[in-house]
Amino acid sequence: MKTAESEQPALKIVEDATCTFCGCVCDDIQLTVEGHSIKKAKKACVLGTSWFLNHEIEDRAPCYIEGKPASVEAGIRKAAGILHSAKYPLVYGLSDTTVESQRVAVGIADWIGANLDTTTSVCHGPSGMAFQGAGESTCSLGEVKNRADMVIFWGSNPAESHPRHFTKYSLMPKGLFVPNGRKDRTCVIVDVRKTKSAKAADIFIPIRPRKDFEALWTLRALAKDIELDPEQVERETGNPLSLWQDLMDRMKSCRYGVIFFGMGLTMTRGKHANSEGILSLTRDMNRHTRFTCKPNRGHGNVTGADNVVSWRTGYPFAVNLGRGFPRFNPGEYTASDVLARGEADAAMIIASDPMANFSQPARNHLGSIPYIALDPKETPTTRSAAVSFTVATYGINVPGTVYRMDDVPIPLRPAFDSPLPSDLEILKGIEAEVQKLRTGQQ
Amino acid sequence: MTDVFILVPGRSSQQGCGINEGKFGETYQAAISFVQMNPVDMSRLGLEENDSVELRSEFGQIRLPVHKAKADELPEGLLFMAYGHLSSQLMGGDTHGSGMPTSKGIDVTVSRIQRS
Repeated sequence: MKTAESEQPALKIVEDATCTFCGCVCDDIQLTVEGHSIKKAKKACVLGTSWFLNHEIEDRAPCYIEGKPASVEAGIRKAAGILHSAKYPLVYGLSDTTVESQRVAVGIADWIGANLDTTTSVCHGPSGMAFQGAGESTCSLGEVKNRADMVIFWGSNPAESHPRHFTKYSLMPKGLFVPNGRKDRTCVIVDVRKTKSAKAADIFIPIRPRKDFEALWTLRALAKDIELDPEQVERETGNPLSLWQDLMDRMKSCRYGVIFFGMGLTMTRGKHANSEGILSLTRDMNRHTRFTCKPNRGHGNVTGADNVVSWRTGYPFAVNLGRGFPRFNPGEYTASDVLARGEADAAMIIASDPMANFSQPARNHLGSIPYIALDPKETPTTRSAAVSFTVATYGINVPGTVYRMDDVPIPLRPAFDSPLPSDLEILKGIEAEVQKLRTGQQ
Repeated sequence: MTDVFILVPGRSSQQGCGINEGKFGETYQAAISFVQMNPVDMSRLGLEENDSVELRSEFGQIRLPVHKAKADELPEGLLFMAYGHLSSQLMGGDTHGSGMPTSKGIDVTVSRIQRS
C-alpha cells in the first residue's frame, strides 16, 4: 500500500494483534505496520517485540527440492509421493501453526497411517501423561488474575520464557478478589537456580537438582498431616522440614492458590512422576482451600496441538495411526524415540526444529531419511529436508486460531499479506495429493 | 583438570530473541554457545572468563567458552546454558518410556581446553 505523493508505504495500525511467540498468546498488541514490515509492537514484551519486528518477507524461494528452488506444485507432488510410499512415516511438530493447519496435518497422518506426534512430547508430554493419572485441577488465566492470592512457580522461569506472565496474568494485575494486585498476592518460586524470576518472589526456595519428586511428596505428606523425619527431608530436598511446613501453612491458609510448573519438572529425573506429584499435591490442597495447577506452555500454539490431536484421535500426542485406528503410547510413538530407534522411513516436520533440538541418535536418523519441512525461517531442519517449504508466518501474515496455555482459543489478526504460501495451503495440497494416491486416482 | 557437574539447559531471553532473528544469526548462535558456572567453582578449577572448556556427558561432548554466572544465580556444582544444538548433543536418545529425553540435570565432566 503506497501513497501517491510520497511513494512511501502508508502506515497501518493493527489493534489487538495476537502474539504467538509463547503460550501467553497476548492479544492486546498494537502494531504499526509499514508495507511488509512491522515497525512497532506496543505492549509487546522483549520476546514479542523481537517476534513481530523480525518476521518480514523472507528472501527465499517458497519451495526447495533437495536444496534447489522448485515450484510449490512440484514440491507438493514430491512431498505426497514421499509420504505415500513410506512404510512408517512420521508427522511431527505443529506447535507453531494455527489450529486450522493442525487439523489438516492430522488428516494427512490419518490418510497415510503415520506416527503422529507434536512438540508437546519434548516439553509437557510427561504432564500430558500425568493428567491421565491424576487429573487436572485447572483454571483460566482470567481466574488467576481475578482470584489468586497465592501464586507458586515451580521449575519455571517466566521472566525469560513468558515475560508478560507476571504483569498481565499472574502477579501484578488488580482483580475482582485481589483489588490491590501484587500486594494481595504471595509469590513463591521453587527452582534449582536463582533465576531472573526469583526477583519477583516473596519467597524463593532453592531445591536440590533432581529432587523435585521428593520435595513434592514432602508437601503431599504435610498436606495430610503425616509426620516426617526432619533429617531425611533435609537430606533429600536440600531444605529443612520447617521451610516446607511454612510453605504448606501458607498454602492451606490462602483463599485461592495456583501452581504454574515448567520444564524444570518435566525434563529432569522423574519427568511424568514429577508432574503427577504436583497435580496430586494440587488435588490434595482442595481439601483445605481452592487450588489449581497449570503447566506454563512454551510455544504459541502447542496447547492447540494438544487440543486438535485430542479431538481428532482421542489422544493428545504420541499417536500411531498405522493400523487404521489411533493407538497412544509415549516412549513408543513419541518422535524422539521413533527416530532414535531408527524406525521411521520418512517424515513431515511442521513448524519445529528437531535437527537442532533432538538427541544426536534421533538427529542422525532423521538426517538419513527423506523428509518434508515447513517453516517460515531457515533452520537446521529445513536445510537437510528433501522438500522444504518457506511459509508465511502465522499471526503476522496468516489468520486462524491458536490456544492460549489455559486452553482458551484466541483469534489471530494478521498485520500484512505475504507472497509466500501459508502452511495451511501447502498441507491442503499435500492432503489432496495423498488422497489421490491412496484412492488410486493417479 | 576435570570435575563433575550437573548441567541444566534452559531458556534465555537472548536465545528467544535469537530464534526470531534466525537460527543461523549471530544473536542465536551467541546465546546457545557458552556455559555459565558459579564463580567459586571457576576459582576452584582455575578457570577464567571465556576460557574454552569441554563438557562431556555419557552421550557426547561439546567445546565452548565458560562465563561466570551473575551474583548468586547458580549454586556450586550446577551449570547453565541455553537450549540449542550444542546442549542437545549431551542428551541421550533413551526417554525411559516417557517420550522425553533427559534434557535437564545431565551429569557432565568439565575440562579446560584453552585459556581465553
